[in-house]
Formats: sequence, C-alpha cells, structure tokens
Amino acid sequence: MTQKLVVIGAGMASGRVLEHLFEAEAGFDVTLFNAEERGNYNRIMLSPVLSGEKTYEDIVTHDAEWYEANNVTCHFGTHVTAIDRAAKTVTSTKGTVAYDKLLIATGSAPFIIPVEGKDLPGVITYRDLDDTNAMIEASKSGGKAVVIGGGLLGLEAAAGLAERGMDVTVLHLMGHLMERQLDEAAGFLLRRDLEKRGITVKCRASTAAILGTDRVEGVLLEDNEGLEADLVVMAVGIRPETRLATDAGLEVARGIEVGAQLQTSDPDIFAVGECVEFDGQLFGLVAPLYDQAKVLANTLMDVPAVFTPKELSTKLKVTGCDLFSAGDFASGEGREDIVFRDPARGVYRRLVIEDDVIVGAVMYGDTADGNWFFGLIRDKTDISEMRDTVIFGPAYQGGAPSDPLSAVAALPRDAEICGCNGICKGEIEDAIAAGATDIGALRSQTKASASCGTCTGLVEQVLAVTLGDDFVLPTAQPICGCTEMTHEDVRRMIKSQELKSLPAVWQACDWKTPCGCHVCRPALNYYLLSDWPLDYEDDPQSRFVNERKHANIQKDGTFSVVPRMWGGITTPDELRAIADAADKFAVPTVKVTGGQRIDLLGVKNEDLPAIWDDLNKAGMVSGHAYSKGLRTVKTCVGTDHCRFGTQDSTGLGIQLEKALWGSWTPHKLKLAVSGCPRNCAEATCKDIGIVCVDSGYQISIGGAAGMDVRETSLLCQVPTEKEVMDVVKAVTQSYRENAKYLDRIYKWMDKVGLEWIQEQITDLDTRAALVERFDLSQTIYRKDPWAQHVAKPDPYEPLATLTLEAAE
Amino acid sequence: MSNWIDIAALDDVPQRGARLVKTLHGCVAVFRTAGDEVFALDNACPHKNGPLADGIVHGKAVTCPLHNWVISLETGQAQGADEGQVTTYPAKISEGRIMLDADFLQQRSVA
Ligand SMILES: Cc1cc2nc3c(=O)[nH]c(=O)nc-3n(C[C@H](O)[C@H](O)[C@H](O)COP(=O)(O)OP(=O)(O)OC[C@H]3O[C@@H](n4cnc5c(N)ncnc54)[C@H](O)[C@@H]3O)c2cc1C
Ligand code: SF4
Ligand code: SF4
Ligand code: FES
Repeated sequence: MTQKLVVIGAGMASGRVLEHLFEAEAGFDVTLFNAEERGNYNRIMLSPVLSGEKTYEDIVTHDAEWYEANNVTCHFGTHVTAIDRAAKTVTSTKGTVAYDKLLIATGSAPFIIPVEGKDLPGVITYRDLDDTNAMIEASKSGGKAVVIGGGLLGLEAAAGLAERGMDVTVLHLMGHLMERQLDEAAGFLLRRDLEKRGITVKCRASTAAILGTDRVEGVLLEDNEGLEADLVVMAVGIRPETRLATDAGLEVARGIEVGAQLQTSDPDIFAVGECVEFDGQLFGLVAPLYDQAKVLANTLMDVPAVFTPKELSTKLKVTGCDLFSAGDFASGEGREDIVFRDPARGVYRRLVIEDDVIVGAVMYGDTADGNWFFGLIRDKTDISEMRDTVIFGPAYQGGAPSDPLSAVAALPRDAEICGCNGICKGEIEDAIAAGATDIGALRSQTKASASCGTCTGLVEQVLAVTLGDDFVLPTAQPICGCTEMTHEDVRRMIKSQELKSLPAVWQACDWKTPCGCHVCRPALNYYLLSDWPLDYEDDPQSRFVNERKHANIQKDGTFSVVPRMWGGITTPDELRAIADAADKFAVPTVKVTGGQRIDLLGVKNEDLPAIWDDLNKAGMVSGHAYSKGLRTVKTCVGTDHCRFGTQDSTGLGIQLEKALWGSWTPHKLKLAVSGCPRNCAEATCKDIGIVCVDSGYQISIGGAAGMDVRETSLLCQVPTEKEVMDVVKAVTQSYRENAKYLDRIYKWMDKVGLEWIQEQITDLDTRAALVERFDLSQTIYRKDPWAQHVAKPDPYEPLATLTLEAAE
Repeated sequence: MSNWIDIAALDDVPQRGARLVKTLHGCVAVFRTAGDEVFALDNACPHKNGPLADGIVHGKAVTCPLHNWVISLETGQAQGADEGQVTTYPAKISEGRIMLDADFLQQRSVA
C-alpha cells in the first residue's frame, strides 16, 4: 500500500529528499505545502538574481511539470498552521489532510533585531524571492540603502543593491566583516574591495533605532550617529523555524531535535534542513542539508543510513570578492599558523595546523586552491612532508618561496616614494631606464632620497625590482622578524599607499605573522596615529603597558603616578591634594623628579582610577611621565624673581607645555626654558631647549642626558614668544613625521642632518604647514587620559574574584 | 571530570589583551588573542615575576612588560633562548562566555 507522505516546506532540503525518493521509485503519495507562492528554487542563487546576473526562471529547481510527473499534490502559498499527532493530520489555511509519515522542512526565519521602527515599510529581510523582488523594486528609485549585518547574506545584499545603483552602507556589529568565517586580515581585504565598489562599511556599529513616520527614513546608531535610508535590509542572522514542531509538542531545542536518521521525538515525524538541530549543531549551508536529505530518503525507504556532520567551507557570491574559508581557524590549543601574503595581487592565505593536519584555512584574493585545501582538511591529510610549501598550493609543491620585494613591486607607478621631493615610483623607474643604476646617480638625477633620506630603503628596492639580479641590495635592518622592511620603508608605505590600519600595513608590506609582535606593533601604532590622526584609532593593545595604563610600571608590578605641573609650577592646594592622595592610597614613596614633578611610587593597579580621580578633582591631569610623548617642560624662575632674567622663562615654559601636552612622539620628548645663559633649567641637554637672551630666544635641539650625554645644537634664534611656539611645534611635528620609532631627536638629527631640519623650519610655508598638522593632531590627542580612564575603569579591575568559590 | 565555571563575557577582555582573575592564591591572567582564543596562565613571569597580563599579546604569545621575555600562551614556556615555565590552566569559550576549570584552579591552591 502506498504511504501518504506530507511535506511541510518546499525548500532546498525537502526538494532533495523528494528527488531521492522519486529516483528510487519509492512509491510515496506526496502532498507538499509551501508558504511561498512557488515550489522549490535554488535559494542560494537569489543574490545573482538581486544583482541582475540571473532571473528567477534561471534558478527554479522543480517546475510545475516536475511536480506533475511525480504526482505531487502541491499547495503553494499555503501555510501549515497545526499538526495533530494523535489524529495524524496537518491543518493548513486550506483545510486538513492526513499523513502516514510527516516531514517538517520549514527552513529558518530571519532574525529581526527588536529595535524601534523595525516594522516600518521599507525595512526588509533577505530570505526569499519576495524579499529579493522587494529590494529590486526599491532600488529602481535609487536612493540610500542601509544593510544591517556584515555577514554572508548582508554583504551579498549590499553588493546587489550597489550593483543596482543604490548608495549602500553596511553596518556591522563586530570589528571586522564576516568574523565567523574570516580573520581580521581577510576581513580587511574584503572591506577594501567592497569600498572600491562604493559601499561604505561601518564596523562596531550598533543599531539603536530605525527612524521614520510612515516609512523608513533613517537609522540611528548607538553612538548617536544618524544615517539616511530609503531602504533598510536586516541580515543579522537566522533562527530555525520551529513553531509548528513546538506547538505539536515535539522535542525542540534551538532547532527541532533529530537523531542520526533525522527522526524527531515522534517516530512518524521527520525533519530536515535548517529547521533541525542534530547533536547540538545547527546548519546554515546547503552541503550538510544535502547529506541529511540523502540519509532521510534512505530512512523513509527503510535503508539503514546515518547522518554525520562534516567540515564546511564558505564562499561569498559577490563577483570580484574572492574569499574562501573552511574548518576551524580560531580556537584550540597546540595550533600553528602559516601565513602567506602577496600584496602585488591582494592575496592573503592563512592555514591553521594542529598535529601536522590542517584544521582551518582562510583565503582571500586567489581562492583557486580552496578546494584542494578543503580536501586536506576534510581528509585530515598529514602534511608534515610538504609543510614548508603547502601554503603555496598544489602547483607549488617544491616551488619558490614568496618574493620579499613583492610589496614594492606591487606599487603603482604613481606611488610616491620620496616624500620630501615628491618623487613617484614611475620617475625613479624612468631614471633607472635612462641609466641611473645606483643610488647615488638616482639621487642626483631625481632627488629621490636626497633630502631627509628616510626613503633610501624604498628607492633601493625599486632599483632591485627594476634591475633584477644586476642590483645587490644592501642589507638594511628590518623592523623585526615579522617583515623584511625597515622602519623607514614602512613609514613611506604608510604615507604613499595611505595605509590607515594595522591590517592594511600587514597586508601591503607583506607581514609574515598574523598580527605582528611586541617590537613592530607599538611602532606601527605610533606611525599610524601620527600620520593619520583623524582616521586611525589608537590601539591600546599595541602599546607598552605604561602607555596603555597611563602609569609607569615598577619592578614589583606596581605603578607610579605623576601629576602634571605646568612648567614645574605648583600651588599649596595642589600639594595638599597630592599629600591627601598619598595618605589615602598608602603610597610608600613620594619623590621629587628631575623634571620638576612629584612622583607617587608604588600605587596598586586597581587603585589607579581612584587616585587619578582624586587628583583630577583637584584640577590636575596626567603628567605623561610614562609616555613616548611630551614629558615635561622644565623652567627657571626667569624675570619673575631672578635678577639675571632676560625673559619670562616660566610663562613661556607653561605656554609650551599647555600646547604640547598629550602629543605622541617617536620617543620621549623633554623640554626646558632657561631665563638667561646661566641656564639653571639645564636647557642645553634637553630634546628641545630654549635659552632666553636679551634679543630673543635661542632654540636648540638634540640634547640628551641619559646613557648618551649630548649638548644641544642651535637650531635658530627668534625674537618673539609666538615664533618660539611655532618653531617648537614645527620641529616637533617634523620629528613626529620623519623619525624612526624609539629614536630621540638627537638620533634623528644625526640621520637627517641639522641643516635639513633648519630648512624645514626656516621656510615659512613649510613651518606653517607643520604647525597646522601639529595643531590638527592635538585636537585629537590633547586630552587627559586619566579622566578618560576614570570614566571607564574596567581594565584596572579584576575580571572576577574567585576567593569565595575556592573557599567552598 | 572538569568543573567549568563562568568567569565573564568574552568581550570583557579586549582582543590581544588580558584581564586578571583573583584567586585565594594569587592572580590568574586570562588572555584573549586576535583570533578569539582564550588562555589562562599564572600572572607571573618565570624571569622575575613580571605581570604577564600587562604585556603585549601577539599571535599565541605574550611579551612580558618588564624585560621582554616572550611566553607561549599555549604551553606557558618561555620562547627563544630564555628558559622558564608558567603554569597554565584549562580555559575555553562557551556561547560567548569565558570558562575556567575550577578544579584546576583549586589544585593550584593545594599545590
Ligand atoms: C540569499 C541567500 C544566499 C545564500 N547563499 C548560500 C550559499 O552561498 N551557500 C550555501 O550553502 N547556503 C546559502 N544559503 C543558505 C541556503 O539557502 C539554506 O541553507 C537552504 O536554503 C535551507 O534549506 P531548507 O530546505 O532547510 O529551507 P528553505 O530553503 O528556507 O525552505 C523552507 C521553506 O519552508 C517554507 N515554510 C516555512 N514554514 C512553513 C509553514 N508553516 N507552512 C508551509 N511552508 C512553510 C518556507 O516558506 C520555505 O520556502 C543562502 C541563503 C540565502 C537566503
Ligand atoms: S637661568 Fe638665568 S634667569 Fe633663569 S634662574 Fe638661572 S640665572 Fe636666573
Ligand atoms: S637611572 Fe636607572 S635605576 Fe634610576 S630610575 Fe632611571 S632607569 Fe631606573
Ligand atoms: S620578569 Fe618577565 S621578562 Fe623579566
């Protein structure tokens, strides 16, 4: 006797089950319900339909003829509303039918974030053909679209809408796109490619509300930024569609619970597809659903079969964004990374290896070998034999490693190599072609690297790339083991290639590690924040502890706290507040420093925010006694009190300190102002020293009084305080822009020459431009870090205290 | 048998960062890598007890803030030419929460 099989949901999973049954001529009498007004189509191809590369007709899997040929009774556009397990019937909007076996294949429903305005017209999800058509319709009038969710679905929607001429912004909650499939580096490349096609991407963007009265007008973010929107697409995730099963009293966790034969807790009811949960796992890609379908068809025909989930791989169907991710590339112990980058082609590959087996792979740019790697992962192939070359893919077994010069080879001809003289790569190449085959000839013909000299390394690399084997590259010290490039090379790359994030630098400069090390990260963080003050956000995790915690770590792990005393001047009230704080927090040592400050030594980590708060309340801010930045401006009493004084050295020192504080520099920066050549403030052994004379101010730079002791060299003499301010800002900015990280001014001066620095500040236009850039940066960085950290004290507090639990 | 206890949300520890968990017998540093793995180690460098939680995290290692020893987060071993070992404790992420094994932490107090 033929059995009655009722199927709820005509999606990709149930469609495959039916194909197997009919192929085997299993002889079921099938009734098929679908809430959508149509039968089974290839849902994953909706994105090409959205972008216009395909039509709905192209992606239909089962047409009317197919259903008829297989005698399927179809109820499309019909919602099943209830299952009666005792009577073995299902009820739909069109009536009740009986079943012998029931198959639930209801897929999943898009998750809708519960914010105000989510129900406004113009807010759509992305799940079926109707959604796709609604988006196509909306895009006809152009305008702005906001896509919430930077995962697979959201990005495919965004790319499709951009293709159809909308102005698209993607909002993503996490730090980088598709964070479940991609690591940070690949996420960065993806973002760059999307931005190239005009899509705006905002990460760490949390939606607070959707705005509009009759229909959607905009989106409000948690940080109060508002975005205009004519269309909002919500693609933040999916939930298994389990309502029917729950109402029918079947066992449901996150999905409908099934065993390895896809049976539910009722022996006559089966479930397949995205609506099921097996062994704690949910499924959101078709590959495992097809495996399920096969097992289920066998089960229905009484053929023994067992479903086992396999490794999965993901690709994004956006033309031009080639990415591939498979396996598990994050969690777990005992794992190793192999990273390969080819900046020339925008390629990134990372393999994660555990016990000589590849367990995860992320690729961007060139994914041709994706399936080969996926095979290695799935088959758990032992790769110890080919470990050194495996990253290059199947074609390269035994091939050559990557070219360290590829970063430079990849630069376009208009990439600026020498910043001082504005010389591009193309000009250097032309000069080489015209016969300048060594650095000296190039310098004299093009002026490239003839000024401050920091681009010498890059110019040499252009020579090496252009001349090939004819040129032997002098060996310059790379920053660290993570890269072949020197500090100077990387700085030039950051400027000329407009690299504005750590992953951007790692990719463009061919970093060999996934995220740098303790040597290069602080340097890069400094270069980025000094070159792109408005675009780059300081990364605390790339700073040494002193700068991250805004206090000097001591050998016993406690910290020292030094409040700022402008120009070394204090007041009785400030001194009382310092004394009170020292008492309150039981500070073991209070010391007067060489920079005319008071140092509270031995403060405990968790007390830091509280002691800062007290000092803040008394009007004091951080003295930055820990920073590679402006430390102190030491002064003498000058004309206020001293009979020799020629100018108001104290007042000038205070002015300088108020203008310069908070700025980050390659190394620490100490200033002093003495009121006459007797030089009581010891200005001539500071990084920048000012000695007042009758006719004005002598500004000298490059002193040191540490392991090296150096007297400053005279930079210039100026007549007014205003000019002192400008010259000091300009020389500080030039030092910020050009020096190598961890070089004091004297070391930088030895490299570029005093004359070059003098040229910078005597040319009034250059000086003014430097001052302007310095002031711009200070709008961001002249802030009291103490106040900021008092407001957010979490990092200083323990994450948890387990003393209670341990006592139990 | 392990006895996992919920310590905090993963997001309470910054990527490439660390926070401390206080126990009766000193602090355990909980690290989070760029790839969202978590590791738990004694917060004391084998060199001169430097506070590892204050170091720079890179890959699956942390550099001690005092004298730049590099310690593997996975094994607790000092890398390169330096020699030394930090005790590690089982740690994992479950549904966005950081879990530590209470029994192991307890053994630490007995030892
Ligand atoms: C835009 C898009 C792109 C995708 N891209 C990929 C990709 O590249 N790779 C990949 O592997 N996967 C991709 N997926 C996921 C893939 O499409 C799904 O995993 C797959 O379609 C799930 O199949 P299913 O049969 O479980 O559910 P579905 O295909 O969703 O079918 C379920 C059907 O049941 C119907 N239904 C629900 N409740 C009822 C009810 N009460 N009564 C009647 N009918 C009901 C629904 O209307 C629906 O038609 C993509 C999905 C989308 C939306
Ligand atoms: S430097 Fe000159 S002005 Fe200043 S205190 Fe000394 S003697 Fe007086
Ligand atoms: S001189 Fe040496 S010992 Fe003294 S504070 Fe400076 S670094 Fe420490
Ligand atoms: S204490 Fe850690 S390196 Fe010295």
